[in-house]
Amino acid sequence: MKKNHQRSTARMIALALFFSAIAFASCTTVKEYQKNKLNDSEMTLSARKIEKTEMSFQSYREGASGANGGKTGGGCGCN
Amino acid sequence: MKRICLSVAGIVLTFFASFAQTNPKDSAGYKSRKLSFEEANLVTSYYKQDGNNSAVTGGIGTQKLTDISTVIDVKFTRWDKKERKHTYDIEIGFDHYTSASSDNVDPHTVSGASRADSRLFPSLSWSVENQKKGSTIGVGVALSSEFDYQSIGVNAMFAQKTKNRNGEFTAKAQVFLDKLKYILPIELRPTGSGGGGDDEDDYENRSRKSYSGSLSYSHIINKRLQVMFIAEMIKQQGFLGLPFHRVYLNNNAVVVENLPDTRTKIPLGIRASYFLGDKIIVRGFYRYYHDNWGLNAHTINLETPIKINPYFSVIPFYRYYSQTAVDYFAPYKMHTTADQYFTSNYDLSKFNSNFYGAGFKITPLKGVLGIQRISMLEMRYGHYSRTNGLNSDIITLSMKFK
Repeated sequence: MKKNHQRSTARMIALALFFSAIAFASCTTVKEYQKNKLNDSEMTLSARKIEKTEMSFQSYREGASGANGGKTGGGCGCN
Repeated sequence: MKRICLSVAGIVLTFFASFAQTNPKDSAGYKSRKLSFEEANLVTSYYKQDGNNSAVTGGIGTQKLTDISTVIDVKFTRWDKKERKHTYDIEIGFDHYTSASSDNVDPHTVSGASRADSRLFPSLSWSVENQKKGSTIGVGVALSSEFDYQSIGVNAMFAQKTKNRNGEFTAKAQVFLDKLKYILPIELRPTGSGGGGDDEDDYENRSRKSYSGSLSYSHIINKRLQVMFIAEMIKQQGFLGLPFHRVYLNNNAVVVENLPDTRTKIPLGIRASYFLGDKIIVRGFYRYYHDNWGLNAHTINLETPIKINPYFSVIPFYRYYSQTAVDYFAPYKMHTTADQYFTSNYDLSKFNSNFYGAGFKITPLKGVLGIQRISMLEMRYGHYSRTNGLNSDIITLSMKFK
């Protein structure tokens, strides 16, 4: 069971690295005046404010947390 | 509760009033040396859940819970003589929840209405951005207080843009120092002890410390695509279980959840945003998580804002999550007396979950409902379901004031 999970984890990480490599291979320097689409408020890479309370309940109801800009400690969430 | 809500709203409105239209905006090219109001955000949500695996009753019993949460943050900026931008962020959050399972910590003292509690969580942060050098440093402090749990957190960050301004490294560190009241289930309290009242001194305290450090790198791939890699490490020490979580052993004895006093978590994440054509944006997030309690998890999140026109967007989203159980989990009456650590908390069991829903966002030129100061309104609904039977719904409203 654990071996299967480790295998699927390795596969996922390899896939992420593969797509990252493709993305970086197509890198170009984008000037400030060319960033109108990148500067759109929906293009933000951090979690949006409206997601805050959703991330809060997910961090209480699930065992995993972190790497998403949310809190990684503090507060109970006991119930 | 009404009084607290009104007080919080009053404080925030006083802030708005005191800074309203006193300083010119940066848009004219003028950089104000005086503190000026930048923006304020209000996020309020209603959450309800139900399930039949409450940890308070050893993995069986109702998980019915409702929570109303409101967070208001106000941002101020000023420029110093060296042309550095100082940003001050004041945030006040307030939660009020009712929880049917909390009734079962001490069912004899509660008449039937669900147990309710409130949580207040203010925070302050300050950052300085040097636009010439492309660097930012920041520090912050956060507090959280409810009847049985107090937390104080401090954080610091440093960010540096690359020379061509297409990439940015960020390093963050956070420390949380928590204190919780040791509230045992009624039948496990030593005879003659206190613990039945609402006074501070009725219970012993336990402590918990969380340290986290994260590194991230964001990069612009081309005019439409940007990505971010995030690596984080979180170390927790102290009392990491909860004293009112019952565990029923296979010999019918009842004990309190017992978990190791250290936990190391390693989440790794990748985010990407892609502008597809002129109207659709695709935002993706993947996270792999591993900890030394034996829990491994994968999270995939996809959100696709669709711009119906420049002032109105529809935003559907979907999130898939999968986790393995911690090594110390077993269901009701499955633990034995030989187990060193034990919990029947289904939040730490093996399950998958789906979270999906949609929202809309309006940003009218003349302000929402013609009120110039309300520059944005967003509302969204999400439904969450876990494969072990827990279901929940959340509706959130967000407004931006300029």
